[in-house]
Amino acid sequence: MHILRALIRHPSGRIGGAIILLLLIAAICGALGLTPHDPIKAFPPDRLKPPSATYWMGTDLLGRDTASRLMLGIGLSFIVAFASVICATIAGTVIGLFAAWWGRPWDGIFMRTMDVLLAFPAILLALLIISIVGPGPMTSIVAIAIVYTPIFARVVRGPALSLKHREFIDAARTFGSSESYILTRHLLLNLIAPLTVQFTLALAWSLLTEAGLSFLGLGTQPPSPSLGLMLSESRNLMQHAPWLMLFPGLTVMIGVLGFNLTGDALRDILDPRTQERGA
Amino acid sequence: MTSLLSVKDLHVGFGRDARANEVVSGVSFELQAGQTLGIVGESGSGKSVTALSVNRLVDFGGGRITAGKITLERAGGDVLDLTSASRHQLRQMRGRDIGMIFQEPMTSLNPVHTIGRQIEEAFRINRGLHGRDSVDAAREVLERVRIPDAQSRLGYYPHQLSGGMRQRVMIAMALASAPRLLIADEPTTALDVTVQAQIMGLLTELRDETGMAMIFITHDIGLVAGIADQIMVMQNGVVVEQNDTSSVLDNPQHDYTKHLLEAVPHFSSGQSARNDGKRATGVEPVVAVDDLVVRFPTGKSWLHKGGAVHAVDGVDFDLLPGETLAIVGESGSGKSTAARAMLGLVGKTRGRIDRSTGAEHRPIQMVFQDPYASLNPRLNVESLLAEPAIAAGHRKDQTLRERMTFLLEKVELSADALTRFPHQFSGGQRQRLCVARALMLNPEILVLDEAVSALDVSVQARVLDLLVELQQEFGLAYLFISHDMAVVERIAHRVAVMYAGQIVEIGDAASVLANPQHSYTKRLISAVPMVGQRKRHYTLDHTQIPSLVRAAGYEPPAARWREVGADHQVRIEEPA
Repeated sequence: MHILRALIRHPSGRIGGAIILLLLIAAICGALGLTPHDPIKAFPPDRLKPPSATYWMGTDLLGRDTASRLMLGIGLSFIVAFASVICATIAGTVIGLFAAWWGRPWDGIFMRTMDVLLAFPAILLALLIISIVGPGPMTSIVAIAIVYTPIFARVVRGPALSLKHREFIDAARTFGSSESYILTRHLLLNLIAPLTVQFTLALAWSLLTEAGLSFLGLGTQPPSPSLGLMLSESRNLMQHAPWLMLFPGLTVMIGVLGFNLTGDALRDILDPRTQERGA
Repeated sequence: MTSLLSVKDLHVGFGRDARANEVVSGVSFELQAGQTLGIVGESGSGKSVTALSVNRLVDFGGGRITAGKITLERAGGDVLDLTSASRHQLRQMRGRDIGMIFQEPMTSLNPVHTIGRQIEEAFRINRGLHGRDSVDAAREVLERVRIPDAQSRLGYYPHQLSGGMRQRVMIAMALASAPRLLIADEPTTALDVTVQAQIMGLLTELRDETGMAMIFITHDIGLVAGIADQIMVMQNGVVVEQNDTSSVLDNPQHDYTKHLLEAVPHFSSGQSARNDGKRATGVEPVVAVDDLVVRFPTGKSWLHKGGAVHAVDGVDFDLLPGETLAIVGESGSGKSTAARAMLGLVGKTRGRIDRSTGAEHRPIQMVFQDPYASLNPRLNVESLLAEPAIAAGHRKDQTLRERMTFLLEKVELSADALTRFPHQFSGGQRQRLCVARALMLNPEILVLDEAVSALDVSVQARVLDLLVELQQEFGLAYLFISHDMAVVERIAHRVAVMYAGQIVEIGDAASVLANPQHSYTKRLISAVPMVGQRKRHYTLDHTQIPSLVRAAGYEPPAARWREVGADHQVRIEEPA
């Protein structure tokens, strides 16, 4: 709770938080069907209308309302971004924790595998997975999760290695505490701060990666809208209907900005040096 | 005669509003050439800030001198006001007129350059020497700080030298500019007591040779007794007492000075050793350690079988119920490793640790040195105290809560501490929390690994008293690991002296401390600073602790013991 309060007090936390909240509200409305118009059904008479009072962000080639499609698209993009980052966080934390805890040779095996994964571009990995299971949001989630797992593994392993040699871990051993107790209460609990920061920042990147994958037609499939897909569809109409590109593009940019600002704010707030002052 | 340094009504503050956050208020003193001023105080008393204000290093830490005057007589005879000097003048002054040595010699030396290069740099900047001249000067100054084989040491990197050697290098660098004033900020706190004596001896000799003045900052009033001409006692940024050394020590005026003098554990060669609970014969020991050996392999590869560090080499002792055995020794003597081996924190290479076969199983528990590092900062006190019980398979129920409150009361903390987090407690309170936590499982033996070393002296005294009370109430046996002879004298029934992984002398505390037999025990005891000793003469010796790295398969010669008294044995020293 006090983290939330500190976030509101932090200038960039306030802006970032407001952006994310706004996008979340839009996404929830989109998912609940509370859109101004039907985002999927074509309505040819009103094709390629510029932004107006009826169609706030104009309409596309099939006469669908851009604003409504955007609201639905934000939701789909967010689901992919969140799901993939949550998977990456869990996988990365487990791998990083065990690499640090077990030490050699597992440390080397795990972390070198992570290095190899880190060398893969997300798009290339997605292509590989798509060639096996076909395109779709699930494919994007899996691909993005795999690409971001090494980052979390590294974020966890470093601090875990230094925590492992702290005296309170030795103390826990002298009580005869079980390994699972030490790993969760002593290691993981102290890793929450770096993980939270990394989680927020990774959301920004994965939002961008999802847009990229959809843009190439590897992620969300039409007629479902997603930010990247909408950008991709607007490509050929750039000169006739610039609003089709402008609004999804702006949304991606603002979304990434929001997560980055929040991540920066969280890093400041959770930094023990600034925390001391508040204590 | 004008004084070398004169500080008048100095006020130093920190932060945006320096006047509101004053750390030092109204400090004044005069210092003549060849004189030593000792500034004594506990952590946070403003003693370091005062000294750092003199060479204006305090500016770099965000401090600001808000009022007062500091004047320094420079080499040419002109007087410089340091509070209003320009940055250029200050840079000239630092190093040339005022040299400084710090507490931690490892962090004050640059690890990627050889010490020769770093000393030569000091000569180049301060004296304008170049090439051959600066190398010669560096070698000479190393010889002056009594580093043997100075020529070859010039090529060493800081990590290749011991802590005492590194501090000597720091002193050499400070001497490079022949300063008129040397500021020593806790220069021996990070060092072992015998090394401390060496550095103190060196500093007094150099002071007498060069006629420089010295400001010596320390928390240890006993240490300053041996070197200072004047003493200034500080508390919360204010000077509470200031006079010549004998007046302050023999006839303290201020309550805080009296309190400090009382709280400092005085070492009195075994006279104040505990006389409760003398060893009775025929009592079953709670633990008997027999031929404990801990070795760590070094540099082993599949081509070449490496040797091993013999951290603990053939240690035997036993511990009776309700008894305190203190293991004393310097860093690297293996005392902590032996304790950790008893708890299974490090694997033993061989040896037996026999526990008594009583009806109830009471475990061994441990309290660590650093109360900040041994409590998980993210858990509240309730979770911290519950951990040993949960590990032993209990549930967090009413009985457990009652035990927690009971133990918190025993260590003089209130029950509302349960919902608080470690950072809300002071160092002494945290250490008491650690003691309470160690008592949760009702142990038979408590291993205290330098458990009071990180605490300020007055806090240290209270924790020691508490430990004695708890021992009597719960019938605990203590294994008390320490490097501090004065603390050991207060709490130990028996003392074991460890040197290079082996026990060299063991027996009744009063007997060992009053009548040390082994040459190392003698050296250790003679190095202990005492308030009673003024203008102490330290003799320099260069005995080095033998390397503990041995070739594979090496076994030390069997120990032969000599009985000194009823309960006092000493290892017979083999000619090397």
